[in-house]
Order: sequence, then structure tokens, then C-alpha cells
Amino acid sequence: MTDTSNPPSPQGNPIGRFVRATEIDQGLLGRIGALLLIWLGFHLYGAIFLDQGLFLTPRNLWNLSVQTAYIGIMATGMVLIIIMREIDLSIGSIMGFVGVVMGLMQVDWLVPILGLGHPLIWIITVVAGLLMGALIGAFQGVLIAYLAIPSFIVTLGGLLVWRGAAFVSSGSTIAPLDDTFVLFGGAGPFAAMGTTGSWIIAVLACAAVIWITLVGRNARSKHGFAPRPVWAESFVAGFACLVILGAAAVVNAYNWAPGNLKIYFEKLGEPVPEGAEFGHGFAYPLLIMVVIVVAMTVLMNRTRFGRYVFAIGGNPEAAALSGINTQAMKVKVFALMGALAGLAAIVGSARQNSATNAMGVFDELYVIAAAVIGGTSLAGGVGTIYGAIIGALVLSSLQTGMVLIGFGDGSYQRMVTGVALVLAVYLDIVYRKRIK
Amino acid sequence: MVDRTGTPLVELRDISIAFGGIKAVDHVTVDLYPGEVVGLLGHNGAGKSTLIKCLSGAYQKDSGQILINGQEVEIKDPRDARSQNIETIYQTLALADNVDAASNLFLGRELVNKWGFLDDSRMEAETRKIMGRLNPNFKKFNVPVSALSGGQRQSVAIARAVYFNAKILIMDEPTAALGPHETQMVAELIQELKAQGLGIFLIEHDIHNVMKLCDRASVMKNGQLVGTVDVKEVTDDDILGMIILGKKPAHLAA
Repeated sequence: MTDTSNPPSPQGNPIGRFVRATEIDQGLLGRIGALLLIWLGFHLYGAIFLDQGLFLTPRNLWNLSVQTAYIGIMATGMVLIIIMREIDLSIGSIMGFVGVVMGLMQVDWLVPILGLGHPLIWIITVVAGLLMGALIGAFQGVLIAYLAIPSFIVTLGGLLVWRGAAFVSSGSTIAPLDDTFVLFGGAGPFAAMGTTGSWIIAVLACAAVIWITLVGRNARSKHGFAPRPVWAESFVAGFACLVILGAAAVVNAYNWAPGNLKIYFEKLGEPVPEGAEFGHGFAYPLLIMVVIVVAMTVLMNRTRFGRYVFAIGGNPEAAALSGINTQAMKVKVFALMGALAGLAAIVGSARQNSATNAMGVFDELYVIAAAVIGGTSLAGGVGTIYGAIIGALVLSSLQTGMVLIGFGDGSYQRMVTGVALVLAVYLDIVYRKRIK
Repeated sequence: MVDRTGTPLVELRDISIAFGGIKAVDHVTVDLYPGEVVGLLGHNGAGKSTLIKCLSGAYQKDSGQILINGQEVEIKDPRDARSQNIETIYQTLALADNVDAASNLFLGRELVNKWGFLDDSRMEAETRKIMGRLNPNFKKFNVPVSALSGGQRQSVAIARAVYFNAKILIMDEPTAALGPHETQMVAELIQELKAQGLGIFLIEHDIHNVMKLCDRASVMKNGQLVGTVDVKEVTDDDILGMIILGKKPAHLAA
């Protein structure tokens, strides 16, 4: 079999040829462009009107990475839900409920048994949080799949039920949380990798990118398909490595505050050395999100599970006729979404170093918005994990940007976010019409 | 000539299925021998598709028996049917529009590598092989099937049924959406599969196709079997009479 796939046609302008040869998702390029515009816009606004551009600074970008993490984590699951033509409105409330229970667990229940600061406390709490989220999600999934109640209704009910449950469980804020548990949140320099660790991670990630590229080429040539041009693949891989190393450089350039240096060296029993400077490095929640993104991308593109999610979204009847157990698939996807909400509750409450029954209010809507801005179609069948992360980045960039330029009031943020959501979907519609 | 002395490949015995009190299929018995094409005819709503969906696993019969090679089998879902080497080409084609031809061809039976991950390259290579045989003009391997023409989509659905070494093939109006050239290709394919010893149930409205492609024709009306006739012994008008009047022609009614 020496049949070759259609070689990229040599016609067309250089940009079109470039995009075809690299097989980059054009929608992705547009979204990244929009994101960079937002970043530049906020920075320039600050530079021109407030005498200092605060957006494109290591400090802000580091905070942005932490803020994006928990929305991004949940958005990866929402992509699957929406691809399957379902919706989950309950995740913000699941976050709140699971957060409160985890708070009670580590502060009121486990400390008396295990003693303050026992390492099992955070392990048990984290496992319990993930399990609770998964069980709640699976329960809602069973109602949706086997009792045929629309997911909009089931999860709207869930939104009310789990929020109510959070209030019933605790009327007040639970704080402070376990010291190790708090590291999941990325609040402060101790919840980050440090400079050396970050460089190591970045280099390993680059090696992984190159390895994946080579494996992909091998698989194509084994079956006699025309490989993509070497320059195109080198460019994509090289660019990805550059972004990874650049990100490491940025987070490493954000130095610890002097107060934290003092705490650190006090613990060591040493005076703060002259001119000591520690970079933050990658925040733990960011790393958690990256692991989730990689795992979910593999799940969606390289496994039967992911293929079935797409197929069910494209044509539920055809999927069932192909022998796919569509009901079990729904339960699994909702359970996965619930587990991700549990993980977001871990990251969210750790970041605040407290569990409150109001955590996650409105977050289901931001998560859905992130997935949709990222190109997930509410009609089902279409969506990407990386798109949802870009969507989450767009949303948190708008929020932090508004704060930085002095519109920190929540009402303005919401108005801008709402407009951005509608605008993003409109631009997507225009774009899709044009490529048809 | 089809040899009908041995055990039938498929026997649907006394099948009934009702939806909310309406008998969609009412005590129908049909059979199918290896290397034979049996046409299923009747008006819309006569129960042909419903009957055949009991065999493909899309519906479950309320009563009756399904025998494959003389053995009674339970077909509870499409997976059971597939494990009996029963493949179906649905009238709606049953394709997931948002994924490509290879993903549709292997849907529910994906090829995986030794780590359990999808082996997309191998699936695409296999798809190219079978499409090269069925529809050599087919070139759109890397686009969602929603971007394909009706004929191309049909050939993906046919490829899916043929690829997995079916012994029993169910075709629900396979030429309804096709032009004359493609219809001819499907006709040739049916002859080829027949020669390989497959049994084919063919649901078809076009009486000329029935006369050309089928060995026997079973006619249904209002959920009941009007009768099964040998196509060689009847005329178009006889069959049309059965469809419209719901009676066997006088010279065969003996």
C-alpha cells in the first residue's frame, strides 16, 4: 500500500500553505491571537493611562496561571459533557459542598484522630474529595442516562441541592486548613516548584514534545502515508518548546516577596543572606492543570472512551447501533466531571486556605463559558481540551485585567465577561461560515 | 440457483413486536439461506425495518425465535448481532457525522495498539484498503463524514458492514440515495457477496431492483407476512399485487 494522502496543494498564499502544512487548527490560532490582544490591550492601557503596564509582568502572569487553574481543570470535563450534547450546571455547587466537607474533615474530624499536621490528613482529604465529586457526578449521570431526565434539569436540581447541602454542613468558614493541603492552591511561593524544578520540568516537557513528534512521524510512515513536511513539524515542535521554556523563564522571574524570604530562612534558623533572590517557578495548581489537560487530551484523542464521546455527540443513535453502551458512557462522563469538580474544590479551597459554603458560586457558568469560548459546540460533537483552556485563560485574563486597570468591582467584570462570551461565539460563527 | 436443502443461515420464526399496543410485526416467519438474497417488501410502515431490527439488535422481539445455522440465539443489543457476524447497513446509514471515515468504519470495534490506545494510522490504512476495493474514487479520508456526498457516505456504511467478514448482511434501502452509477456498483457488490456465500436481507422499494437482485421476496403488510415467493416464478405485477392488495397471486396461492 503506497497510496499517499492528499499532499498539501502548492497553491494559495504563504499563510494558507503554512497552516495547511503544519495542520494547525485555525480556530486555535484565532483564539491565541485574541488572547494576546487582550493581554497587550490591558498592558498598554495601564502603560498609557496609569503610567505603568502591570499585565505583562511575571507577577501577574504567575497569578493568572493560578487563577486559571481551577476553572481550566473543570473546563476540560465540561468539554466532554457538551460534546455529548449534555450540560452540567451543578459543578459550582459540587465544589462548594465537597469543599466544605473536606474542610470539616481535615479540621474537625481527622485532627483529633491523627493529630495536627499528620501527613495522612491531606491524603485522606484529597482522596475523599475526588471520590465524593465522582460519586455525586455518577449519581446525577444515572438519573440522566437511565431515568432519561434531561441533564439540564438534573444538574439544575443539583445546583440547588449541593449548594444547600454545603450550607447545611457548615454555616461558617472553616479555616485554617492543613498546611500540606494548602500547597495545592498555589497561594504564595511555597506552593510552587522553585526555579530549578521548573527548568527541569520545562526541559522534560520539551523532550516529550519532540518524542511525540517523532513517534507521530513513524506511525505515519509505517503505513505509507505522506509525512508532513519536516520544516512544518520542526516549526510546530520548536514553537511549542519555546513557549514552554518561555513560561518557565517568566514564572522563575517572579521573585519571592522579602517577607516570605524571612519566613523561609527563619525556619532554617539562618539570617536572610545579602541579596538573596528566589524565583517562584511553576505554581502547583498550574502543574495539576497541565497534567489534567494532557491526560484528558490523550483520553479524548487516543482512547476508545474519547472516540465514543465524540461519536455519541455526533449521532447518539449511530453510536448505540455500533454497540456502544451510551448510557454507561454518560454515567462515566458525569462521574469524571464530578471528580474534576472535586479536584477544583481541592485547588480552590487550598488557595483560600479556607472552606466556605459559597465557594464555586457562578463557577459552573464560567466553566461553560470557557468551554464555549474555546470552540466547544453546544450542538454537540465538536470541542477540544486545549480550546477550553484558552477559553479559561481568556476569562481569567479579563477578570485580572479589569482589576489591574482599576475596574476591580465585580459588576464590571461580569459585564465584560458576558459581552466577551457572546462576542466570542459570534466571531466563531462568522469564521465557520467563511471556511465553508 | 440457491441450494435450499440444508439448514437455513437465518430463521426468524413467528416474530412479534408491538409498540404501545400497535403490532408493528405480527407473527412473521422468514428465512435466509447462504448465498441468497431475500427481498423484504411492503409499504412504508409495513414492518420490514422493525422486523429486521430485531435481527440487528436495535429492537428486541416480544416473542418468537431467531435461529442462526439452526441454533437459537438471543440478540439483545447490536453487540450480540455483531458477534453472530450479522452486519447492518441502516437506511439512515448510522454514521457519526463529526468523525472521519476510518473512525466510523471501526466504531465500536476500534483497532488499538499494545498499550490499548487507538491505532489511528492502522485504521486509516485498513480503511484505504477496503475503500480502494469498494469505491476507488474515494479520497476524503481525513475529513468528517458530514463533508462527504450521499454516495460517499453510503460507501462508508457499506464498507463498515463488509469489512468485518459478515456472514449475514442486512441492507435497508441501500440504493435510495444513490445515482445510477453508484446503484450499479452496489448491485455488483451484492452479486459478489452472494457468490462468497453471504446471506443478504434486502429491504427495497424499487421493484426492478428486487427482480434483478433478489432470489426470493417476502412481502409484508400491516405487520403481517403476506407471503414469500421465488422471484423467478412471479412477475413484477404479482409482487406489486401482493404489496398493494396484501394477497398472494392466485396461481401461487395453492
